[in-house]
Amino acid sequence: MSALPVPADAALPAAPPRRRPVIVLVLFLLLALLPVAVSVGLPAHWLTLTTRALIFAIAALSLDLILGVGGLVSFGHAAFIGIGAYVTGIMITEGRGEALLILPAILLLCAIFAAITGAVSLRTRGVAFIMITLAFGQMAFFLTQALSGYGGDDGLTLYERSTVAGYDLFGSRTRLYYAVLVALAGCYILVRTLVASRFGRVLRAARENATRVTVTGYDVGRIRLIAYVISGMIAGLSGFFLANQTEFVSPAFVSWQRSGELIFMVVLGGVGSLHGAIIGALVFLFAEDVLSGWTEHWKVIFGPLIVLFVLFTRGGLVGLLGKLGVARRD
Amino acid sequence: MTESRAREPVLTLTGLNKAFGALKVTDGVNLSVAPGELHALIGPNGAGKTTLVHQISGMLRPDAGSIHFRGTDITALTPEKRARAGLARTFQITSTIASLSVLENVALSVQARARHPLALFRNAADDDNLNRPAWAAIESVGLSERAHVLAGSLSHGEKRALEIAMALTLEPAAILLDEPLAGVGREEGERLIGLLRSLKGRYAMLLVEHDMEAVFALADTVTVLVYGRVIASGDPATVRADPAVREAYLGEEG
Repeated sequence: MSALPVPADAALPAAPPRRRPVIVLVLFLLLALLPVAVSVGLPAHWLTLTTRALIFAIAALSLDLILGVGGLVSFGHAAFIGIGAYVTGIMITEGRGEALLILPAILLLCAIFAAITGAVSLRTRGVAFIMITLAFGQMAFFLTQALSGYGGDDGLTLYERSTVAGYDLFGSRTRLYYAVLVALAGCYILVRTLVASRFGRVLRAARENATRVTVTGYDVGRIRLIAYVISGMIAGLSGFFLANQTEFVSPAFVSWQRSGELIFMVVLGGVGSLHGAIIGALVFLFAEDVLSGWTEHWKVIFGPLIVLFVLFTRGGLVGLLGKLGVARRD
Repeated sequence: MTESRAREPVLTLTGLNKAFGALKVTDGVNLSVAPGELHALIGPNGAGKTTLVHQISGMLRPDAGSIHFRGTDITALTPEKRARAGLARTFQITSTIASLSVLENVALSVQARARHPLALFRNAADDDNLNRPAWAAIESVGLSERAHVLAGSLSHGEKRALEIAMALTLEPAAILLDEPLAGVGREEGERLIGLLRSLKGRYAMLLVEHDMEAVFALADTVTVLVYGRVIASGDPATVRADPAVREAYLGEEG
């Protein structure tokens, strides 16, 4: 066919400079310094709360890959947290608490669950996709309730935490915190890399114009399924840490409310920005903590706040920060 | 390509039928496009031109008949497989990725033909293996100055040119152009006609167009579609003189 002339060595015109994600570096730096701040006087409770927030940040980040980048609103993402948490809980209970055994099991199971449920749900779009993912999430929820050998409705209390290569890495609060932070940073770099890759470019393009991507020769369904599987595996990792931190696993981890909270964390932070999901998870858990300290009816305050927030900020907290000139989105 | 194959049509439609309920939108259409031929498809509004393009590109399934492309039956193939086989198209309503730059839009297309179109880890934006052919295509359609502009902020005519650049980088054997001049101003229209003329002979093209002046200036063959049916087909002069065409179509256009 008539090939277009392609200059072999000629320098290409320079691309406009890309903006650096300064806010992300600042965010991780602050998070890395938190244990130091706690040791010199910040409430110790903050460390536990931030650990929990960062665990949810891993799940929210994974959701942002399919929701924000891929444009697929999954309402069953808590199922993957549940798989991660229950595999961890059951293996610890069975005396197989080694993370090097647990993690491959979680990743494999999450990948299988995502591949099967994704293959079905990705045949639909929009509201139908939301409902099918919700249905699969509820299936996982009822399955955990039926695990009568492992706590059933009441949940499963764990009497020890996982070891990592035989080492008691999660034994102290600070070590657990840093382990979660490192895992989050790793997931963030992974997802950021995926989004910037050839694969990510096609995924982003398909969110906006699937028809164009299809007639360009890409199998959009397959690309979305790959994203869905990767996302599910990362969310499973979050379940592993959640079980280890709370030393308890229950069906509540898998409830549809949890899936809804994850969506809100992503929306709160700024859909598709990735670091927005981390900020969203932090703000969500701290707001929940503060409000529930004031009144037991805190959800009455939190609900309207969520509504106002969605109404008045487009682009979430990251977008808001950007308008204030604090953050620069890359 | 061997001599004997070169003479065979790139694209052949045989007895194509499509109905929406009782409405026949494609009625026994036979049509073929030879290598390097610019084949124009004209007809009044509602004649079923776009529906026909959708069937060729795989976005709609015909009820009966077959579509052959480069010697193979593609009637049952998905749109993405047809694209990979070398069948590119543009849309009546321009279809680009608005939030990506012109360069990234074209690179997306280049990538589809690259060795690892879905590589998971290598950065795509800095990839010269994609950007180099993309730049070449952007230059060939005259969008070099606009390469880093988001596709969404291009003018209408520029979007048309971008779509053509995206089609060209698929290294197509045939290009389906669905009203590339629709809604484009005079000046940009002339630039696009110049662009289409520069592509003439290099690609087999099926051009759906309302602009009669452009059609009769560019086309090697003209086929007239009315109510889903081919009422005339041949070289421009013959079709222009055909009384049935004059009555059904050209007459009312004046």
